[in-house]
This record gives sequence, structure tokens and C-alpha cells, in this order.
Amino acid sequence: MSMTPYLRPGLAKPAPSRDGLDAPFWEGLQQEKLLLQRCNGCNRWQWGPEWVCHRCHSFDLRYEETTAEGIIYSHERIWHPVHPALAEQGPYVVVLVELAHADDVRIVGNLIGDPHQPLIIGAAVHAVFEHHRDEDPAHTLLQWAMS
Amino acid sequence: MSTHRTLRGKAAVVGVAETEYYKWGRSPDQEFKLAIEAVLGACASAGINPTDVDGFSSYSNDRSDASRLSAALGCKQLSFAAMQWGGGGGGGSGALANAAAAIATGQAECVVVFRALAQGQFGRFGQGPRSRIVSGTAAHTLPYGLMSAAHMFAMKVNRFMHDHGVAQEALRAISLASYAHAQHNPRAVMHGRPLDEATYDASRWIVEPFHLFDCCQENDGAAAMVLVSAERAKDFDHDPCYVLAAVSGSQHRAGAPVHNTPEYASSGFTTVAPRLYDMAQLGPGDVDVLQSYENFTGGVLMSIVEHGFCTAEEANEFCTIENLSASGGKLPLNTSGGNLAECYMHGLGLNIEAVRQIWGDSTCQVPDAQVAMVCSGPMVTPVSSSIFGSEATL
Repeated sequence: MSMTPYLRPGLAKPAPSRDGLDAPFWEGLQQEKLLLQRCNGCNRWQWGPEWVCHRCHSFDLRYEETTAEGIIYSHERIWHPVHPALAEQGPYVVVLVELAHADDVRIVGNLIGDPHQPLIIGAAVHAVFEHHRDEDPAHTLLQWAMS
Repeated sequence: MSTHRTLRGKAAVVGVAETEYYKWGRSPDQEFKLAIEAVLGACASAGINPTDVDGFSSYSNDRSDASRLSAALGCKQLSFAAMQWGGGGGGGSGALANAAAAIATGQAECVVVFRALAQGQFGRFGQGPRSRIVSGTAAHTLPYGLMSAAHMFAMKVNRFMHDHGVAQEALRAISLASYAHAQHNPRAVMHGRPLDEATYDASRWIVEPFHLFDCCQENDGAAAMVLVSAERAKDFDHDPCYVLAAVSGSQHRAGAPVHNTPEYASSGFTTVAPRLYDMAQLGPGDVDVLQSYENFTGGVLMSIVEHGFCTAEEANEFCTIENLSASGGKLPLNTSGGNLAECYMHGLGLNIEAVRQIWGDSTCQVPDAQVAMVCSGPMVTPVSSSIFGSEATL
């Protein structure tokens, strides 16, 4: 499912890093898949991306799809605009989501819906893919909604 | 830690100075000129000829290059030039540790620790980046509007307050203490601008749980301190202020990308504080006065806990304006006004204030202060801490 962008236009657009380290992640989001790093040596997940597994030091890492559900590990309601694009935005919410199906790695996104809604650590959330297909570069943001 | 490998008592601060402190954009001088002014002031405070300085130590990628400073000041030679890795103010006491280590190991004789920062000239820390496209680690946060230091750290503080039931009033007391102390300090940018509870409560949110007054200022200025060996320190005008300990570091995978550090709701001092006390051969109960870096009050809260002054569960009871006051408080905090109300000189002003407390020169002097501690740059990696002491503490 797609959605209206949560934040007003004008913020920096994400592009895969030139070294290729996170390219599969960004490509996956465009196909509505959450792909994160998993180690072929010890089979554990890690995020953010790195060239080596921090547990077993294997360089043999793959990108694998994980269930795009988690719980709110922490949250913040932001009021003061620090970018011109946010001048008329009003408050907005950023959440840090813990992914139970991927060894509890964490990922950052917005919590869609009323920015004044109660923010509850431990609450279950699921992913919503926010496509920006017509932009340069085309990209998809990973957003979250209360389950 | 084996006692023969220690910085305890090996080096001393013999001079400190800062430029006039300005709100960002108000300095009439360029950043490098501010750096020179601070170094010259610190040398004058010590009573040494600036050409005898043979080392420079800074942090956070300070732009005032050590070789340029040495050349500009006509120093006879450059023996030591060190930059502490890491951003934010986490290197404030780390740069001090590097300077003390250089002196203790015979690499240099007279090292200046400094920080020069003109946010008017080079950009405000409180603003988000303006790039059109972002890649790398920042691509995973900026497009979601998580783009300033306040945003990076509020996420940690919310989790900490949730886990331990800490109330907003604890943050408020930390802010009020800084503003109250600044009213006695003519150098403070917020001198003459007192803060009360009602004004704090009514102030706008920057990002919850930070009100405006929980956030550091954005300033222009520079600060510097001169270090020499403990042996030489006795020959200077000031009573020696010894470095009893200075350490830096961070816990397991503190730098894990995109908010994935395991010990997330932390100021980052859980491994640093034990090494600090071990080197100083002191404990939190021995500290007479604390200067704790306020990027945001929540960082101070966690620094206080992780340095053992109270448990997280005691924070509401401990963090009161009475307890944090220079006049009779259990733990006088940020007695110059700190980053909130004196000046955000990336925290080096806190180290200078600790030295002044040992000298008996503070504008909010804690009676008979013998041991003064500094916590530098909570929530970044690496962080650092230091403890200063009088002759009596050796």
C-alpha cells in the first residue's frame, strides 16, 4: 500500500551509498520489501549495514527479507523546524523500531497518523511504504503505523 | 590499572582563558583569530611566553590547525599536535588526556588544550543539513526529519526516562542550576537573563522532552588552557591544579550505525567512569563540584547517573535545584553557567571552570573545593571525563 508523504517535500532524498553497502536495502523498499543484512557465517542479522559481521567477523553477508513489523523502542515528537522544508510542518513523530524477526535490530522512520497521538514504548507497529517514484532519485521511505 | 601507568598527578593546568563569549554570529573576529586570542590569554594567565608553547591538543575536528597556530605565534618548535577523534564535545577531556599524556611521557613540555568555534562564521549546529541528496548512514535518518543533535539524543533520553521513571522536573532542575549560576558570571552570555520554573515550563518544545531551555546555546568564541609537568607547575603564579585523571572511550559498539548501539539509553560513560575513578583513586563521594556537559539536560541526567552520583531510580529525588546549587548543594553543578547559560564552547569552558574551582577563582565558588570533575559530551562516541585536584589531593 502506498501513502501520501508524511513530511512536506524538500528534505534530503536518500540515495544508495556509492560503495554499494546499502543498495539492496533501498532497492528492496521500492519493491515493498524490507531487506536487511544477515550473516552467512553465523546466520544473525545486523543493522546498519557493515562490510563485516560484528559477531563472527565473516565478510560473507547477504541481504534477506524480514517481516516488516516491530515494536516502538523509543520515540520523539519534534516541534522546532531545523530545515526550511519543515517551517510549516508542525510537530511530527520519529520512532525507533525494534524488529523482533531480525534479532531486534533497530530502524528509524516516522509514525504516521496524528502527530499528537500517544507515543508508547513497546507498542506494536507495522511498515508502510512511502513511494517517491517520480522524484530524482526515485526512492521509497519506510514508515510505520500502529498495529 | 597498574599504578605506574597513570596520568594521576603527572601534569597540571597553570593558565586558562577564554575570549569574550558571543551569541552565534556576533563575534567581530574570525574563528582563527579567536583561537589565537584564547591561546595568548591562557599564556598570559600562566605567565609564560607564548613562544614556549610546544604542543597543541584539540577535538571535534577543530579548524584551527596546530601548525598554523604554532607558526602564527612564532613558537620555537612544535613537539606535539593531537586531534581527538569523534564529534560533539566528547573530546573535551580527551584532548586534556592527550596533552597530559604527552607531558607525562616526555613528548612535550608545554601543551595548550583549546577549542575555537565560530558558528556564525561556519554554520549553526542547531540547523539541519541542506543537501538535496543524502547517502550513507545519514540517508537512514535525514529523510525522516531526524536531522539535528537534539533529534539524535532525545530518542535516547526518552527511553532512559521511560525505563527509570524520570520526570521532566529533573531536567528542569539541571537547566535552572546552569541559569542560576550564570547570573553570577559576567562572562556568561545569559548573565542578566535569569530563568524560573514557570518560564521553563512555558517555553516551547524543541523536541520532547527538551524545552528550549534544555538545549545548549549556539555561540562564537574560543577557550584555552596551558598544561605543564607537575614538577614545573610549582613555579607558576597560580597554585597548581593537577590532572588527577582524564580518560576517554565508549562502551561496546557505541558507534553501531543508525541507533543500533546495544546500550542505547545511555550517556556513554559506563566504561569510562570506572576507569576515571580508578585513575584518580577517588570515588563520586570525593567530588566537590561537577561540570557536566549540557548539549541537552538529558545528557547531564545520564552522566550524573553513570558517574555514580545517584542511581537512575534516585534521579528525581537527587536532581533538584537545591542539590545542584553552588551554595550548599550536595553536588554543585555547572557553576559557570555551562553550555546552557555561560557559553557553548564545545564544553572546554567546563574544564576551565573546574580549574577555577580548584584555584578558588569561580564566580560561584564552592567553599574549599579540592576535587572538581568534568564530564565531556554525553551521548556521542567517544566521550571523556576528567578530574582535577589541588595540591592536597595528591
